[in-house]
Amino acid sequence: MNAIDPSLAPEWQQAIFRVLKAGDVRQVAYVPDAGHAHVIRCAVADPDIQDIVLTTEEEGVALACGAWLGGQRSVLLMQSSGVGNCINMLSLLQSADIPFLTLVTMRGEHAEFNPWQGPMGRTTQAALELMGVHVVRASHADEVEELVSAALDEAFLAGGRVAVLLSQRLIGRKNWARK
Amino acid sequence: MEASAVMDRRVFVSSLLQHLPDALVVTGLGSSAYDVFAAGERDRNFYLWGAMGGAAPIGLGLALARPDQSVVVITGDGEMLMGIGSLATIAAKQPANLSIVVLDNGHYGETGMQRSHTALGTDLVAVARGFGLREALVCDDLAGCESIARRILARQGPLLVQARVRADEPPRVLPPRDGPYIKNRFRAALGLRPF
Repeated sequence: MNAIDPSLAPEWQQAIFRVLKAGDVRQVAYVPDAGHAHVIRCAVADPDIQDIVLTTEEEGVALACGAWLGGQRSVLLMQSSGVGNCINMLSLLQSADIPFLTLVTMRGEHAEFNPWQGPMGRTTQAALELMGVHVVRASHADEVEELVSAALDEAFLAGGRVAVLLSQRLIGRKNWARK
Repeated sequence: MEASAVMDRRVFVSSLLQHLPDALVVTGLGSSAYDVFAAGERDRNFYLWGAMGGAAPIGLGLALARPDQSVVVITGDGEMLMGIGSLATIAAKQPANLSIVVLDNGHYGETGMQRSHTALGTDLVAVARGFGLREALVCDDLAGCESIARRILARQGPLLVQARVRADEPPRVLPPRDGPYIKNRFRAALGLRPF
């Protein structure tokens, strides 16, 4: 594994991990994405947090249910394309009234190079809302901390199901040139 | 499914659970939920009525949250196959207290007994081992229940058991369908309060 100085990660990514840690999130489930890289690295390094790499995002929805049954808070980190993989499993959260927090890095938006990301990216918010998940969007770095913190409270203090979309403009252009 | 699979699913599940009075049990949907309910209603049962493919990852989240408890997922071959990748996710974490018992009748019982992949060539134990679950075994004899229960209670897993059961449909006995009730009852049994 490459040693990457955590202080070099964008401040908004550092803020996300601070909020999760302060909010006593004990299970961090993910299908990797560059925008989640810092939080994943921190979760892997934190002895009090279980990091769970998933083969498909819907496992993380079910995992959130199991964690809550056992008294722990979890978060699901995924890319917008992964939301489509979750659709039927999201019914579990409504049917059993399970708190849920997910952070979704967006594709198919700002300066997207890959048209195959478009169809799911354009329907990510609507798909989540159709399945009963409250969606908020972070477009600017300076609002990420407050929005994630508010979403965490909505999930685990009010029993809500909340997604924070991290917009592609926030994450920045993907560099398609081979290094 | 070979003709040697002669275990009665209800007898197998009740024989297993009688050794596990305190285990936390997550079921699949359909027959496996009915089997667990028929073995005796318990606050420590979480039944699925949907979310197919979710039983094993629910068990993982629960097992990670409660390493002090033995967690047992009891599901069917069809439900396990739908979430088969979760065995890789479980293997990556190696939760010592998680056991997955697949009641394999080689068929989708709830929808009219169509053949499943395990009747058409898929070897669940080989799949589990390939994913990295080293403790994977077949049970086709009720006499094996006690040793499986011992392994579950030893929490030296993760463990996967392919329990080969007869493809029949015992009378339906329906567990509660009220999800919030099942959830709150389960959490209360662990001393967890509503938010």
